[in-house]
Amino acid sequence: MSLKHHLISPLIGNNPVTLQILGICSALAVTTTLSTAITMSVALTVVLCLSGGVISLMRHHIPPSIRLIIQITIVASIVIVIDQFMQAFMFEMSKRLSIFVGLIVTNCLVLGRAEAFAMRNPVLPSVLDGLGNGLGYSLILLIVGALREFLGTGGLMGVPLVSTVAEGGWFEPLGLMQLAPSAFFILGLLVWLVRVLRPEQVEQPEFRLKAAEDRRP
Amino acid sequence: MAELLSPIRKFFARSNDDLVKIIGMAVLVALVSSAAVSVTAVMLRPYQEANRAAERQARIDQMLDTLPGMRDLMMESGVDTLETRLVNLDDGSFASGEDPAGFDLEAALQDPDASVALDAEADIAGIKRRANQSPVYLLQKDGDLKLIVLPVYGAGYQSTIRAALAIEADLTTIAALAIVEQGDTPGFGARIEEPEWLALWPGKKIADETGTVRIELVRGGASTPYEVDGISGATRTSNGITNMLRFWLGDKGFGPFLTRLRQEGL
Repeated sequence: MSLKHHLISPLIGNNPVTLQILGICSALAVTTTLSTAITMSVALTVVLCLSGGVISLMRHHIPPSIRLIIQITIVASIVIVIDQFMQAFMFEMSKRLSIFVGLIVTNCLVLGRAEAFAMRNPVLPSVLDGLGNGLGYSLILLIVGALREFLGTGGLMGVPLVSTVAEGGWFEPLGLMQLAPSAFFILGLLVWLVRVLRPEQVEQPEFRLKAAEDRRP
Repeated sequence: MAELLSPIRKFFARSNDDLVKIIGMAVLVALVSSAAVSVTAVMLRPYQEANRAAERQARIDQMLDTLPGMRDLMMESGVDTLETRLVNLDDGSFASGEDPAGFDLEAALQDPDASVALDAEADIAGIKRRANQSPVYLLQKDGDLKLIVLPVYGAGYQSTIRAALAIEADLTTIAALAIVEQGDTPGFGARIEEPEWLALWPGKKIADETGTVRIELVRGGASTPYEVDGISGATRTSNGITNMLRFWLGDKGFGPFLTRLRQEGL
């Protein structure tokens, strides 16, 4: 496993959202517009890198019995610090993301990578793994955010691209795209697309249905 | 130096299953994390305060825009924003000789000479202390009061709600309510920020003919001029707003000031 591998593999091959199905809840919540998706992506990537680095740095001294508590405490502190920075320097954005930045703490992606990777790998690979997973998450968020904003409002980044019916044009915005279920649809289609292109990602079913025996006398 | 470091080395050399190590690491992580969080919070507070202050001003400006004719009136009077005056809340008089722009609510609340503690019975808004002075925002034309805006705040469900209540020249009719700052539950209490709900306020009366403050948020349909529809699913936010207005319009709040204005004018 080369260093580059840690960075590249989570982009598509081992994408945290489409393959590991982690971090779905924030992927729904912040993707109504592209700009919130970008901010959330940057915030989460920074948290992933920092938490991966810090936890990896002290991995030999984290007692196994309280490792989850320690990991969560570290992640929560990093998230609060980032949230404070956003409130100080990106006030408008922090208002729009409101509770979701705080909820990065509960994003299973962060704890998942800390527990699965940073706890048993040196610092540099852990930071790269955090960066790679953050970028993988960001990639999906940006695709979903761009699709939802464009189909839902007819613009990107708040700039109108096609003229909507309301302004006398031809484009009828899909209101559904601004609601949470549409993120599920788009994510589902993305997972489908990735698995068509890379059939090795398709899981074997855990159970197979057996043909029922004919018990009629 | 080596002697100083050796207990630390010994601590880290302990097995990870050792009780001392487990408790020690927990304490250590907690201390370092809380120090990091506290230091950032304290260092960044001035920036955040500046952002919030700008936001409050923007919301008050925004409220003025929702009032029909207010901008025209201001244009006629040749002012681009409201005049700020400091009011002594105890007797309702204007504080003279002080710069209203220099008024710092947080500092006043810390200062025992500039604020009073409220006992539990009087403190219906849940604010614990009340400053002796408060800014008010006035719009007057040729000496006639046209609009008065009172800054109010009180405890909501999980945050302090700050609002600006604009009252018309009769000192009874509400011209508008603006929620300046709040952090209640998104989708429930936070709906007090929605324009549809704020649009229910203009025309409501804060008090009846005898001067008793009657304004309140009610469940179901509002039926009298003193009632406004509460937010369903956010009873405590709704009660918080009622109590906040009752407090600030009452004797401990702007009550004496409004009474004086009714009797003497500006």
